[in-house]
Amino acid sequence: MYDVIIIGAGVIGCAVAREMSRYSDRVLILEKNEDVCTGTTKANSAIIHSGYDAKNGTLKAKFNVKGNRMMDRIAYELDVPFERIGSLTVYTEEEQLVKLKELYQRGMNNGVEGLRILSRAETEALEPNISDKVKGALYAPTAGIICPFKLCYAYAENACENGARFLMNQKVGNIFRSEDGLWHIATETDEFVAQAVVNAAGVYSDELNNLVSSRKIRITPRRGDYLLLDRAAKGHVRHTVFQMPTALGKGVLVTPTVHGNTIIGPTAVDMIDKENTATTAEALSEILSKSSDSIKDLPTRQVITSFAGIRAVEDQHDFILGEAEGASSFFNCAGIQSPGLSAAPAIGEYTAGLIREKLSLSEKENFNPYRKDILDPSALSLEERNELIRENPAYGRIVCRCESISEGEIIDAIRRTPGAVSLDGVKRRVRAGMGRCQGGFCSPKVMEILARERGCALEEVNKSSEGSYIVRGRTKDGENG
Amino acid sequence: MEKRELTCIGCPLGCGITVELDEGEILSVSGYTCKRGEIYARKEVTNPTRNVTSTVRVTGGERERVSCKTRGDVPKALIFSVMEEINRASVAAPVCIGDVLIGNVAGSGIDVVATANIKAV
Amino acid sequence: MTAYDIVIIGGGPAGLSAAVSAYDSGCRSILILERDAELGGILNQCIHSGFGLHTFKEELTGPEYAARYIGMVLERGIEYKLNTMVMDISPDRVVTAMNSEDGMFLIKAKAVILAMGCRERPRGALNIPGYRPAGIFSAGTAQRLVNIEGYMVGKEVVILGSGDIGLIMARRMTLEGAKVKCVAELMPYSGGLKRNIVQCLDDYGIPLLLSHTVVDIEGKEHIKAVTIAEVDENRRPIEGTERRYTCDALLLSCGLVPENELSQSMGVGLSKVTNGPVVNESLETDIEGVFACGNVLHVHDLVDFVSEEAKKAGETAVKYVSGRIERSDETEIELRATFGVRYTVPSKIAVGRMDDTLTVRFRVGDVYKDSFVSVYFDDERVIHQKKRVLAPGEMEQVVLKKANLLSREGLSTVTVRIEGE
Repeated sequence: MYDVIIIGAGVIGCAVAREMSRYSDRVLILEKNEDVCTGTTKANSAIIHSGYDAKNGTLKAKFNVKGNRMMDRIAYELDVPFERIGSLTVYTEEEQLVKLKELYQRGMNNGVEGLRILSRAETEALEPNISDKVKGALYAPTAGIICPFKLCYAYAENACENGARFLMNQKVGNIFRSEDGLWHIATETDEFVAQAVVNAAGVYSDELNNLVSSRKIRITPRRGDYLLLDRAAKGHVRHTVFQMPTALGKGVLVTPTVHGNTIIGPTAVDMIDKENTATTAEALSEILSKSSDSIKDLPTRQVITSFAGIRAVEDQHDFILGEAEGASSFFNCAGIQSPGLSAAPAIGEYTAGLIREKLSLSEKENFNPYRKDILDPSALSLEERNELIRENPAYGRIVCRCESISEGEIIDAIRRTPGAVSLDGVKRRVRAGMGRCQGGFCSPKVMEILARERGCALEEVNKSSEGSYIVRGRTKDGENG
Repeated sequence: MEKRELTCIGCPLGCGITVELDEGEILSVSGYTCKRGEIYARKEVTNPTRNVTSTVRVTGGERERVSCKTRGDVPKALIFSVMEEINRASVAAPVCIGDVLIGNVAGSGIDVVATANIKAV
Repeated sequence: MTAYDIVIIGGGPAGLSAAVSAYDSGCRSILILERDAELGGILNQCIHSGFGLHTFKEELTGPEYAARYIGMVLERGIEYKLNTMVMDISPDRVVTAMNSEDGMFLIKAKAVILAMGCRERPRGALNIPGYRPAGIFSAGTAQRLVNIEGYMVGKEVVILGSGDIGLIMARRMTLEGAKVKCVAELMPYSGGLKRNIVQCLDDYGIPLLLSHTVVDIEGKEHIKAVTIAEVDENRRPIEGTERRYTCDALLLSCGLVPENELSQSMGVGLSKVTNGPVVNESLETDIEGVFACGNVLHVHDLVDFVSEEAKKAGETAVKYVSGRIERSDETEIELRATFGVRYTVPSKIAVGRMDDTLTVRFRVGDVYKDSFVSVYFDDERVIHQKKRVLAPGEMEQVVLKKANLLSREGLSTVTVRIEGE
């Protein structure tokens, strides 16, 4: 029996798992996909909002600002790259200034520090490639950028280090409470029992809540398409640059990533299918044309990939946190859309705190808050790097040319707990295949390493989830001839 | 009289060649820029042939497939028969460039030879 | 720090030929750095024939062509390091490289020859909408998996882009038992060689859909189908022309890009058209002592021309190392590509430094029939060659004579253009 079962291994589920592992050795995380970080966490803007955007008094406002403040410590403990580069929300029409001032005031009320309204000249000084239409901006110095994958993996690994258990490919089918007050969670293959449950199921969090709670909620999946530019475009944009919403709709953002790429997006399209992450031509061209409103001369020839993410939009447009109505010890982390990534540390801490109280748990003495990231050899001196290669020659074999990723890093990504089991899992952990050739050169080699490490045939190596096989059988196998 | 426009495959230049035929008899060939072109055109309208390249299974080698080719063209109509034999063939490493992997493939009189070196392990 | 006269970055066809010619020009201190486990580069996976007609006067397959040059390198005892990644080259030609045996190490080079080749444009750069399932490969990746590793990448295949690798893969997949449904090409003409269309598509009845592109990809885990539509003259899909093709693999052959990240980080000036370094008659970049050849310089259609170009780079690098490249104040003549000519390599000439003749290579931007390739010395037309067909998929060349250039006093611009008559 578990103290708590967390459903969903996105950044929220993993943050709750890590915070729960402070208090309990009996934490189980169930994930329906093959790996952690495969839902909303894998496709978003990769930014840490300052917190001025959410309406005063909402959970979004409270947890965003708190999460933002916690991020330095979390990034330090978990060895995750995080940079407070600041955000600029630019306006292009004089009448938008009123609205911008409202945002400023809203941010002040939310407790966001350092907000300032900048003139065009001041904006240009911070962001030289600002479009000629820009008249000024709301500057939020506490905003930052982070690698959402790394944050999620770091939380998961640190939770495991502290005794939490992750089970993948476990899609929850039913949840019910037995007479003894324990929660039973049935997946397609197993049944698990726990004293408490956390619903961190992203776009499916409404379905889980509605199985047990008297207060029904509804999540609409909202798709956002993005474009990613090569690192060759690095430096063109220095801050996260938002646009003011206009009559024509919400603008797009342009932001650097911690890895030196540039992200442009997202669109916002409400969907019916919660798994529909197909990009559309209209959305991609919309992003490109809108981005020129805030940033000029974006090197759009440097687009290396496009992707779409699904956000979980709850009808009330706020986070749903805490114990569900009519379902004792069932805790929701539902409706977590933007600024969910920014709020993750605060949501994790808050939810774990509620469970601790409910189950009367005390803090473990041996909790280790620190986790080391996968070694980045490029950060080492020549001597250190040579020492590393002498000890482990795999660090001397570059597999991904574009991002200079060695076999040593890839093996580390696979051997961690929870480790990479697919090409995408490797890519998100160490960026092999994330560069300008998008895996053209390295994917056969990464597949080979995955097959070797996992002791399986190359045909069994998947791109991502079950069914996403890459090669189908050998040539000359008789069937093809 | 029949006129056939061909693209020479003798080399990557891909010259456009015109062949004039009368009841299967070649009256004229024009447009080629080298001798290979003329030979190709005459053959293409009477007995088209192709070079076939593929791979053959290798056992005990550093790789499990070795690239191969027909050492000379085979009649176009025989391509898939050639492939059937290639798909069934297997060779033990080491393999050297030029090693005959299949003799007289598909009765064409042409051998299939290795085009790469594979070391034994 | 070890030192070599010439360090060659890349052991593919360009690097091998440059090494051989540098040796034959008298240099004995040469090192080839190759990131793969064997020499030969991309030729090793190009198992089809069609290589070597110019160089060896016989038709060879890729691995055979590579083996000839590898043999020449071995005969001459030229040094090389495999599985070695060059991480950085400084403008004063200190090469930082890494492998698992030597670790990370520095080499001081008197001359550097860039021969890194090119890479394929990935899906992302093409902005094809839809899901991102497994089963989408760049044609070269599929070629490696099928030809070298011996794995099937699909049994019902659609190919987007009619570059040569895509055409070659259409035939390869067909011979290996797959059904290739079609090759769709965005442009109104193929990006590949004519003969490949004949012997890779026509021979097997594979349709080539010109002015078509993929507008949707279906399948969440693995690709299930694509939708292909015709495009208008602005390359935008025409509504109502969509057609769905079921498939379990989509191969992309949509162009090659020279791999110039190393060149760029060392500050070599690149051409916006070719994405390769801007070079002079000696194939020297705008950084002294740094030469470039092969597909890193501009994407070639034939490996034979790569070898020929690289031979020249090897020779001029040796001249440079031995102090025989004159550093005169001579102003360089600008080579201008215009009216249908997209670029020229080289793009500048110092007549004093050139050999008796200079081969200028270029590509055209459209299909031209019964046209002329003309060369002007300033305003005077000096070359006027009739061409039955000129196509973007094929590299063209003109040869300039030193004597002719010398006889024009004050010549400032040589223009290469296409003319109707």
